[in-house]
Amino acid sequence: MDILSLLVVIPIITVLGIMFVKDPKHVRIVSAIGMGLQLLLAGYLVYAYLSARNAGDTSEMLFMADHVWYAALNIHYTVGVDGVSVAMIALTGVVVFAGIFASWQVDFLPKEFFISLILLASGVFGFFISLDLFTMFLFYEVAVIPMYLLIGIWGSGPKEYAAMKLTLMLMGGSALLLVGLLGIYTNSAPNGGPLTFNILEIAKVHIPIEAQRMFFPMTFVGFGILGALFPFHTWSPDGHASAPTAVSMLHAGVLMKLGGYGAFRVAIFLLPEAAHELSWIFIILTSISVVYGAFGAIVQKDLKYINAYSSVSHCGLVLFAVLMMNKTAMDGAILQMISHGLMTALFFALIGMIYGRTHTRMINEMGGLMKIMPFLGVAYVIAGLASLGLPGLSGFVAEMTIFFGAFQHVDTFHRVVTLVAVSSIVITAVYILRVVGALLFGPIKNEHFLHLDDAKWFERLSTVTLIIAIAAIGLAPFWLSTMIGDSLQPIIDKLSMVIPG
Amino acid sequence: MIDFSFTVLIPLIPIFVFLFVGLVGHKMKPMVSGIIGTLGLATSAILSYFTAYMYFFRVGKVNDVYQSFVGNGPIAKTVNITWLQLTDKLHIDMGVLLDPISVMMLIVITTISLMVHIYSLGYMKGEKGFARFYAFLSLFSFSMLGLVLATNIFQMYIFWELVGVSSFLLIGFYYEKPSAVAASKKAFIVTRFADLGFLIGILILSFNTGTFDFKSLTDIHGTAITSGAGASFLGLSVMTWSLIFVFMGGAGKSAMFPLHIWLPDAMEGPTPVSALIHAATMVVAGVYLVARLFPVYALSAPDGLTVVAYVGSFSSLFAAVIACTQLDIKRVLAYSTMSQIGYMMVGLGVSKYGGEAGLGYMASMFHLFTHAMFKALLFLGAGAIIHAVHSNVMNEMGGLRKYLPITHVTFLIACLTIAGIPFLSAFFSKDEILSAAYHHNRLIFVVQLFVAGLTAFYMFRLYFRVFWNKEPHYHHTPHEAPITMTIPLIFLAIASIFAGYIKFSHFVSSDSIPFESEIEWMNVAIPSIIVGLIGIGVAFVMYKKESNLPDKMASGLKLLYVGAFNKFYFDEIYLFVTKKIIFNYISRPVAWFDRHIVDGFMNAIAAVTNYVSLKIKGFQSGQVQQYAFVFVSGAILLSVVFIYLFSK
Repeated sequence: MDILSLLVVIPIITVLGIMFVKDPKHVRIVSAIGMGLQLLLAGYLVYAYLSARNAGDTSEMLFMADHVWYAALNIHYTVGVDGVSVAMIALTGVVVFAGIFASWQVDFLPKEFFISLILLASGVFGFFISLDLFTMFLFYEVAVIPMYLLIGIWGSGPKEYAAMKLTLMLMGGSALLLVGLLGIYTNSAPNGGPLTFNILEIAKVHIPIEAQRMFFPMTFVGFGILGALFPFHTWSPDGHASAPTAVSMLHAGVLMKLGGYGAFRVAIFLLPEAAHELSWIFIILTSISVVYGAFGAIVQKDLKYINAYSSVSHCGLVLFAVLMMNKTAMDGAILQMISHGLMTALFFALIGMIYGRTHTRMINEMGGLMKIMPFLGVAYVIAGLASLGLPGLSGFVAEMTIFFGAFQHVDTFHRVVTLVAVSSIVITAVYILRVVGALLFGPIKNEHFLHLDDAKWFERLSTVTLIIAIAAIGLAPFWLSTMIGDSLQPIIDKLSMVIPG
Repeated sequence: MIDFSFTVLIPLIPIFVFLFVGLVGHKMKPMVSGIIGTLGLATSAILSYFTAYMYFFRVGKVNDVYQSFVGNGPIAKTVNITWLQLTDKLHIDMGVLLDPISVMMLIVITTISLMVHIYSLGYMKGEKGFARFYAFLSLFSFSMLGLVLATNIFQMYIFWELVGVSSFLLIGFYYEKPSAVAASKKAFIVTRFADLGFLIGILILSFNTGTFDFKSLTDIHGTAITSGAGASFLGLSVMTWSLIFVFMGGAGKSAMFPLHIWLPDAMEGPTPVSALIHAATMVVAGVYLVARLFPVYALSAPDGLTVVAYVGSFSSLFAAVIACTQLDIKRVLAYSTMSQIGYMMVGLGVSKYGGEAGLGYMASMFHLFTHAMFKALLFLGAGAIIHAVHSNVMNEMGGLRKYLPITHVTFLIACLTIAGIPFLSAFFSKDEILSAAYHHNRLIFVVQLFVAGLTAFYMFRLYFRVFWNKEPHYHHTPHEAPITMTIPLIFLAIASIFAGYIKFSHFVSSDSIPFESEIEWMNVAIPSIIVGLIGIGVAFVMYKKESNLPDKMASGLKLLYVGAFNKFYFDEIYLFVTKKIIFNYISRPVAWFDRHIVDGFMNAIAAVTNYVSLKIKGFQSGQVQQYAFVFVSGAILLSVVFIYLFSK
């Protein structure tokens, strides 16, 4: 078996393993072992990838494997990774691992909970390794469906409404996406020959511009909905608010990245001319997302809503950067996905831990928590500083790469929207400091909180894992940035071939 | 070739101390973490002094020109690594740049920081979070040292943000106090807004010049300066605009009008922090930034320098007027800091590039140096006073000279220094700024001369009210500070007296070529001594003893007094912008729009679907008669439509 398929197989074996144990404690241990192995494997993959590149392997995708799945429609199970997907896989490994420990205390149907969670993870891993559009779509759905159960059963608040809303909106996106993908498929052999779903094959042909114009918006919006593209982002606040901790972590941390990754790997890469023609519409929408999400976050009172709006703003920046279609900005987009994935997972983990203690998420009911739970308080401040782009943490590197990449465009339109996006650094500071001030600092408002305890070992493990990843990227961004940047070259070459100027 | 690679340790030692004390500090005795912090900084200070000696006296000067060392050069070698490659041309480096002003700043920062470390051993003793305090002090020292050693403008921006966050953490040190939390938030957000300008400036500047490196930017034969003008926009060249934006960042950090509003509130932090960050080092970062880019300003964007000069001059006047009315001694010092930084900006703003015309540049750096000494002394003295009487407000002080002899003498020295009394350090540095202004802009010269008088007045108002005047009823007898606090006071007092005798123009100049500068007695020095003495005299008459003169003055100049007392209502404007405009008029509508319009639309789709399916589910009734009726009706309807369509 090839190393990439192992990424899908390990979660499935873990799920089988969970089925055979009874004790909730054992369920947790099996999950932790499975996802720990998965994290090691992801780490090994990064190492193997970099060694292969250093050894001079310059092929576009590494560790490729290809199996015919349904010959009549030329559907294959094709996997392979470049620097971008390796980075996304490493992110997923970290977030899932931290997510398991953040849900250590789930006591209602723990077995089913961990099964759904890990199934979801296998879908995400499968998505990032796929090079066949059909397989990719299949894994995409595998990742989205368990979400419904996870929110509907283990959620809080108006959970049925939230689960329904989230699933229906994402399914609406899937429907558009499916049409888009099939459109690409039917146009994948304009010069005759068999149609194909293989991304690398399609990238070599020239899809007629009329077809591109029709299917680019579909694929982009289809993926964009998952990436919280304005005005299709409203599933995000409600969904996150109702979702259990680990699900919020995985969803904002990883699942939303499927949108950005897909937009970049499919919509832009395969339909570059239409992307170039129509990008201005989506650039306007995403720059609205960036500022609008940040303003929306300023007045929220629920910690999860604040973070959900903040995600709209940060993920808006991902799509914004993808649409800038130059190497630096796209590099920044991938970095931003990873950075946002880590820090938003950290945020949701901490919110879950705080909620588990105080039983409220309303910032006006809390205050002075720093004194009661210093570990969680410090971690929250670090997450906040990462979010507002403090140098030394991952957010800064990603944002700066995006801004400087986007500003390389010489025309007024691109530069003005860049300046609009840049202004978000101030608004972000406003809402982050508001939360930190109201939640952690000041006098203790509620005396019942005085006896609450600080983080337990599994919570510390979850938090520290994420903080280390955030700081590692922030302090030494060069290797990650280079790994991603080198893999963008084929895409840049293709873009420069078809786009005039 | 000299290997200066060790200089990288100067900032690195404090960051290791920060990590160590931050992670395990709560497990140690508090005093141990304080001593570790102090020793760490002492090591950095020794390295800095060694670097300064090597640079200024051994290898820095080649053919009478001070060299700037960065990376591997023919004479010296420093650390410089590529941290992040942004585009083909633009890359962010992390490294060490040694030139006269960066080495001078090393001395200033490590000296003041070491004094503050020692002082805090006494001042912060017994405070909760003692270890945390030392961790944050180390973080700040790291960031500030990284800032001045930056080899490129982006590295500077990175450390710029880091000093901002250290300042935020230290202002909010007493995090249980709502006013401290609010002040730290305000400081961060206002400077962040200014940093937005800085970032935009960097974006434009780097796009037009293709580099972040200071060495290429300030190379007088380089492209940035020779072809820098570029296209024009609203009457100014793009280069000028970018430098004005960069200056906006500097103005925010250095508390220049109208971005100064955070500085007085920042006094919520512990007093040693005010001395280190909000008087001697961080707040002069804006001056340092302009000085660092000075050749670009002077040669390719002189209009930018004019902006610097006027902003600096207005700020110094504005702050001095407010300082005359404040009652909180730390706030008086804060406005005084703002006013003195205004002087430094004026020095840069009126300066030209090269030789004697670059007097303002040298004077500005000189004043930065002396100001760091005497203002740190003033703040640490204020700390000793607060330590003794447990209050910040002048009304609760008086007659303290008997109880705090050492503090009294050192404070008096600092007051005489800032008032510009001859042969103390600020006399030299301030007069050289005035000289530069005299030769290049008479209006600014007159304003600065007036401000010099105001400075003497408000400082001696403070001095007389605290150390003389009527003694209030003290709850317990004020006592002199412990030795850890008085040693830094004495050291800084000595520095304040003698720092002026350094021949600064032999070390720092706009074009790195040493020159001679003389005091202009007739035009500048004597007028400035006279206004200084007048200021002291007025303060003596009004405040030496309790009298009703101050009240008479206040009612005589009622409008001005009330305005200045309320800081000309700038805090209210800030509150209006943040609370009203951003919170109520933008964010609330956005949130409402999102919940009700955007999301309402999505919910409406769901509701319509729901409604339609409720209605049409009646069709699936199972009644054959109904199906037959619908079938026949449909057939008739279709027939009518077809007949209508085809009968034409």
